[in-house]
Amino acid sequence: MRLRLEARTETARWLLVATPLLAAALTLACGVVMFAALGYDPGAALASFFIKPIDSIYGLTELALKATPLLLCALGLAVGFRGNVWNIGAEGQLTIGAVCAGGLALAFHGEEPFWLLPAMVAAGAAGGGAWAAIPAFLRTRFNANEILTSLMLTYIALHLLGYLVHGPWRNPQGYNFPQTREFGEAAILPLMIEGSRLHFGSLLALLLVPAAWLLLDKSYLGFQIRVTGLAPRAAAYAGYPAARIVWAGFLAGGAMAGVAGMLEVAGPIGKLQGLISPGYGFAAIIVAFLGRLNAFGILFASLLVALLYLGGETAQIDLKLPPAVTGLFQGLLLFFLLGSDFLARYRLKFVRRAAV
Amino acid sequence: MLRERSFLLRVHARVPAEPPLIELRGIVKAYPGCLANDRVDLAVQRGEIHALLGENGAGKSTLVKIMAGVVAPDAGEIRWQGRLVAIDGPGAARRLGIGMVFQHFTLFESLTVTENVALGAGAGRDRKAIARRIRELAARYGLAVDPDRHVHGLAVGERQRVEILRCLLEEPRLIVLDEPTSVLTPQEADALFATLRLLAEEGRGVLFISHKLDEVRALCHAATILRGGKRVGGCDPRAESAASLARLMVGSDVAPARRGAPRTLGGEVLRIERLSVNPADPHGTALKNIALTVSAGEIVGIAGVAGNGQSELLAVISGELPAPAAAVTIAGIGVGDRPPAARRKLGLAVIPEERLGRGAVAEMSLAENTLLTAAGQGLVRHGLVDGAAANAYADRIITRFGVVARGAGAEADSLSGGNLQKFILGREFLKHPKLLVGAHPTWGVDVGAAAQIHRALIELRDAGTAILIVSEDLDELLAISDRIAVISGGRLSPSIPAEGAARERIGEWMTGLFGDGARHAA
Repeated sequence: MRLRLEARTETARWLLVATPLLAAALTLACGVVMFAALGYDPGAALASFFIKPIDSIYGLTELALKATPLLLCALGLAVGFRGNVWNIGAEGQLTIGAVCAGGLALAFHGEEPFWLLPAMVAAGAAGGGAWAAIPAFLRTRFNANEILTSLMLTYIALHLLGYLVHGPWRNPQGYNFPQTREFGEAAILPLMIEGSRLHFGSLLALLLVPAAWLLLDKSYLGFQIRVTGLAPRAAAYAGYPAARIVWAGFLAGGAMAGVAGMLEVAGPIGKLQGLISPGYGFAAIIVAFLGRLNAFGILFASLLVALLYLGGETAQIDLKLPPAVTGLFQGLLLFFLLGSDFLARYRLKFVRRAAV
Repeated sequence: MLRERSFLLRVHARVPAEPPLIELRGIVKAYPGCLANDRVDLAVQRGEIHALLGENGAGKSTLVKIMAGVVAPDAGEIRWQGRLVAIDGPGAARRLGIGMVFQHFTLFESLTVTENVALGAGAGRDRKAIARRIRELAARYGLAVDPDRHVHGLAVGERQRVEILRCLLEEPRLIVLDEPTSVLTPQEADALFATLRLLAEEGRGVLFISHKLDEVRALCHAATILRGGKRVGGCDPRAESAASLARLMVGSDVAPARRGAPRTLGGEVLRIERLSVNPADPHGTALKNIALTVSAGEIVGIAGVAGNGQSELLAVISGELPAPAAAVTIAGIGVGDRPPAARRKLGLAVIPEERLGRGAVAEMSLAENTLLTAAGQGLVRHGLVDGAAANAYADRIITRFGVVARGAGAEADSLSGGNLQKFILGREFLKHPKLLVGAHPTWGVDVGAAAQIHRALIELRDAGTAILIVSEDLDELLAISDRIAVISGGRLSPSIPAEGAARERIGEWMTGLFGDGARHAA
């Protein structure tokens, strides 16, 4: 007896829907065993992971707030990933978007013009896009590997932010804390629900989902990107300019990440500080693939990953679970999701040795 | 796929006098939705060149894969020199002494010829020794290949030669060749036949799969014919005519394409002059001072051995390789430096060398694949893809050209080679191009589909399209072209009428012997 992987000739549609559910069930089952073995009450642990974070309106708003930057970054990244443009630097593009938008907010501090927020959104998109333009240029001009350049530029961006908040942009009345002044009223996003932190930026992100779907799945540009990703030689034969696809992928990814950064500083944070994102730009890579590079899939994936982050925090606070265990549990879910996704495309076959 | 290292080898019966080298009995292999082999028998004797004939989808490839240990049969038995064996992995096949030359190349693009061969030979073999061995075998069998070149820079014909050399390096007892001559010159094919005869005389068996029935008649001692997964008969091909063999394969008579006289020639559509271009790939062939014209209503064929500048010439015409503007003129406009899309607007249609990965995207549906080149046919509106229009366009191709597919939603790689080629040709055909440029239009396509493709090309010519066909199959060019030129070493010979062209002369030209002073003067 041995095992063999065989590509399924046709992947049934219901299977693609069923696999995430199956993965969730397996994660729960394994989670119960794991928590019990570690001496925690499995019921309480699962509740604090999946139910406690969203058992109130406030919890739901926090979930949406957490999902917003993930959603924005992943939507933009999907444009590139579909065309084999590997932008790994959304974290840096998010940071530069936040810096540009924050710089604008600080420049007009005290003047409070009504156009400040739209201008900040534009500045965030432009900043993120400009930062993404560097690896795009290096790739199209010198054929430099964009995985390396975009990743390395992330650290430059983080250090640039560090320099600004420690140096020139530091709040003079801030007791030497590495952060800028609080933004003025006109530079803060209005809240959607009073008493929560959920701002109108989340609505903007939600509206971008159908727009991204239209671009990725229905537009001719999206088709060209897909062909470039699947068969570069077919793209050359059809005459799709390879450089334009690289630019489209990077500019979309950079601009969306830049807007995500702007929403963070103009939303829950309200100022520039040394740490703006706890890794949204990197987690968005997982979100993009978890959502199968599909706009609506990414919407669900961003909510799921956001829930995992929130649940992990809740479990650490409520049950004093060590961070390693919450990390393990988050890993379990991703493992089962990706594994069942794989098995939806391939089947495991027990092959008996051809006996004679 | 997991590969099993060990294999079962059991003596089942006493070895009788001169059992067949390999004997397959009652082989059955079913795939979801199709019975690829239905109780197939096949026996190859020592010293025999045995032909395996059948249309695409007749089950030849499956049978070959079973012998190669790539696919396990559902039922049936295999005897090797009279002993019952189980070939449960490629390693087992290799140890028995079965050598394979597959139709679809199995080479790593980024490695050199030597490295590719070394991989097949297993670890622990000295590269230099292998390179030396390749040179020896290449010289012995007339299969010119530079062992240090990278495979990605090799043309189709050269890759095939590497595959054959890699197989011969293993000193196999049984050699299985899947359409080996489709990319060779007549002289090269003759050299290969001499090699195969030599191998057979040494007592080895050769299983020869080809669509060229004349070759089978000239070369093979016996034939097994498959149709629809079943063995429909065996024969001595030397006693059959090409027509009777074709009838056995297809089950009915095949109407060959008739060129007929060209109608009145229209104006000049493609003009290439003083074209000298360096290739994008450092191992490619530089084009030297090429001049060529194609007029509306004629088919011009370009013959030549693979790797003599065909890919570069096609890339220059299609726009994938830039050239000086004046070097390429389409419909009176210098387009040498313009991108493919601009040329398509002038009425250029291209059928590329590779169907999957270039002419069509394997993972995409036929409807989506129409967009690659026919987006301008009203399939895109306001920047959005019109899915219904693309579906309708694909359906039109399918019905008009008899493409066997599940429908417009079928993925490109679910089609057989011949059907995909009909689809790609149909996609260009329906655009009513002014100029059609095609590479190897019937490579690896069965006789029925090939005749259909030829008829379509001639029909298009009669409708006033200027057609340029590059092919390594001289018979094909002689059958459908009005004029023929030969490319060799990046230079193009003058063209001669195909009617009455002497094969020997063209064969000589393929080696570069067409010195005319005018063409050398730059």
